[in-house]
Amino acid sequence: MKQSLRRGRRTFAAAAFIGASALALAACSGSSDSETSSTAGGGGGATGTTSDEFTYLGQTQNTTIVGTLEALQTGACAAAADGTPLVSDAIDGTTWDQQLQVYAANDALSNMSMAAGTPSLMQDFISSGKVLNLTEAFADLGIEGAILPAAEATLKQLYNSDDLYALPTEYNIEGFWYNKQLLEDNGVEPPATWTDLVAAAETLDAAGVQPFVAAGGDGWPVTRLVGDYIFRSLGADALQKVADGEASLTDAEYVEAADAVAALGEAGYFGAAAGSVDYNTAMNQFLTGGGAFFYMGSWALANFNDEEQNQIGVDNIGYLPFPEVEGGAGSIDEVPANAGIPVMFTTANYTDDIGEWLQCITENYGNVALAEFGQVTGFEVTEIPEDQSDLTTLVQDTIASATGSVLWFEAAFTSEGTTVSQTNGGGLASGNLSGQEFMELVQAANGG
Amino acid sequence: MDSVFRNRTAAVVMLTPALLVYTFVMLVPILWSVTYTFQSGNAITGFEFVGFDNWIKFFGDETAIDALLFTLRYAVVMTVLQVATGYGLALLYIFFLRNKSPLVRTTIFFPVILPTVAVALMFSRMFEAAPTVGPVNTILQWLGGDLTDFLGTPSQAFWVVILMDVWRSMGFYAVLLYAGLVEIPNEVIESARIDGASGWKLVRRIVFPLSLPVLLSALIFSINGTLKVFDSIVALTNGGPGSATTPLTLYMFRTSFAYGQYGYGSTVAFMLTLLCLIATIFVFRSMRRDVTTS
Repeated sequence: MKQSLRRGRRTFAAAAFIGASALALAACSGSSDSETSSTAGGGGGATGTTSDEFTYLGQTQNTTIVGTLEALQTGACAAAADGTPLVSDAIDGTTWDQQLQVYAANDALSNMSMAAGTPSLMQDFISSGKVLNLTEAFADLGIEGAILPAAEATLKQLYNSDDLYALPTEYNIEGFWYNKQLLEDNGVEPPATWTDLVAAAETLDAAGVQPFVAAGGDGWPVTRLVGDYIFRSLGADALQKVADGEASLTDAEYVEAADAVAALGEAGYFGAAAGSVDYNTAMNQFLTGGGAFFYMGSWALANFNDEEQNQIGVDNIGYLPFPEVEGGAGSIDEVPANAGIPVMFTTANYTDDIGEWLQCITENYGNVALAEFGQVTGFEVTEIPEDQSDLTTLVQDTIASATGSVLWFEAAFTSEGTTVSQTNGGGLASGNLSGQEFMELVQAANGG
Repeated sequence: MDSVFRNRTAAVVMLTPALLVYTFVMLVPILWSVTYTFQSGNAITGFEFVGFDNWIKFFGDETAIDALLFTLRYAVVMTVLQVATGYGLALLYIFFLRNKSPLVRTTIFFPVILPTVAVALMFSRMFEAAPTVGPVNTILQWLGGDLTDFLGTPSQAFWVVILMDVWRSMGFYAVLLYAGLVEIPNEVIESARIDGASGWKLVRRIVFPLSLPVLLSALIFSINGTLKVFDSIVALTNGGPGSATTPLTLYMFRTSFAYGQYGYGSTVAFMLTLLCLIATIFVFRSMRRDVTTS
């Protein structure tokens, strides 16, 4: 008994010592690390003159950016590449933000890389001086005005910054793409209001046509609908109010949006097993006539314009802005827009040679990406390809005529809020989750 | 040899290198991780001392509690099923299959060596509901049932995960327990048979008590392995639908590396360590009594 008591005391003393040491170590290390990290910056001035190579890191899923850079290297940017060749690398995009954090923490980011997918993480990079301030860099290089104002405004809004920190290698509008033939066959007019959209879905469903195609497994194509409904019903600043703590997603007017989408799921309008459908499957389903409405960004033009993938024909696809919510504060003219995953330059190893690459990319990327890949970007375009499809022209016209833009549901959320929202989005489409439950989960993940 | 072990200098010289490696590879990172539990932030934004905030947050975090409950549920169900099926198979090898045992053992052990991702892919295809209907749903529909989205429905996704992991691991536990069962002297079994013990009575009165030491090892292996489940769930459901199949390990991974909250992630990791420790002590204590001597 005595022996076990002594052993117990010894164990307790050892545990107390370890705990106290950990606490002391934590208290000491906390303050010193905070000091070193508080040095924000990201100024646009070059730190040297030469670099042996221009490194680029992208996601394996995205071949457009690296393809455009390779085309630039042998074309318009041959002079910049002379002595500083492009060296590209790619890693899987599903863990992109995680890997980027590790690189950034070790100052091992490539000269140019795709930006963090979560805006709040980009804001961390910006505030800790990891990312180049492009507004200042453009001023140094004398190339102000090479980015379309709408794209520049979207990126500044996204990162909550007065300066530009990323290049819009894509500029997308989002909305419903629809199968004209399926709508015509069933006497459905392209809906302009949410009520019309629900009525159209009901008609199509009754006729045996799946009303909506969505990648519920990926979540975001469903949560986009919730976000857009909120923008239409409560106005363009409604989600920023949530991020600023002025409103909560669990407020009745916000829950209404999730309920509206959940009702579509409950009615089975997203098809069987909607929560398990992934992006490629959904794309294939729409392009083979498996559904009437497909909410997607204009980056899908590459798929729509590909005759092999698109079995329903590019002329058979129409674009429909997200409909108005009757009596709502938002407008149908505020187009949901994003810059895809833009690219950023790191401040570490930013030299005159890298500046030369930056200048060349900024001045030529738009033309080359459009000509080679049919990609609409946020760069100024001076040469329109002769064989451009009508759908691409429609997107360009919509961007040009938009009176304003809105971001997406998770744009102002934390990393955790974004993940929770997107992992639960499928539940709305499959009817497993009510609007109230969904909003409670996301609000809690956003910090209550 | 005995004199070498009694020599303090020799013991120190022999133990020091291993102890140093262990200290730097295991103890230092653990202590380092414990220091993170008192901090918030990450390597990009810097760290800030927050005292016990992370610990308080853990007990008020519904997602963490859900993950904890899922982990416990998974660990209990898996431990029972994989040790029970392993034990059943081991008895089958010993008492029924005998000479044919190597072929069957190899076949049942085969899933253990298959890559987790490949197995997960196979199971996701088997239980698929869209865009193509997998074999399980095809059979269900043929029997008159409805198309079921197994991996998209929280309660069913849990059982698909369990089924997959039991299939993957039962061969390992069968071999582990078989190794223990073959150690039971034949004379003991034969004399029990002569005394009239057979079938279930033989297993319950003789085989089970004599195989308790190896069963204990299997239970500790199982409970610790299942509490730390990660790869199979990431590959099959990625914690979904929603967070319905998210264990503490995956929540810790996401918190640390996706949300950039190293301090809170370390707190979750520490809770998991405590859980493993408690489970191991519990199993040890509850099976400390040597039933063979009573």
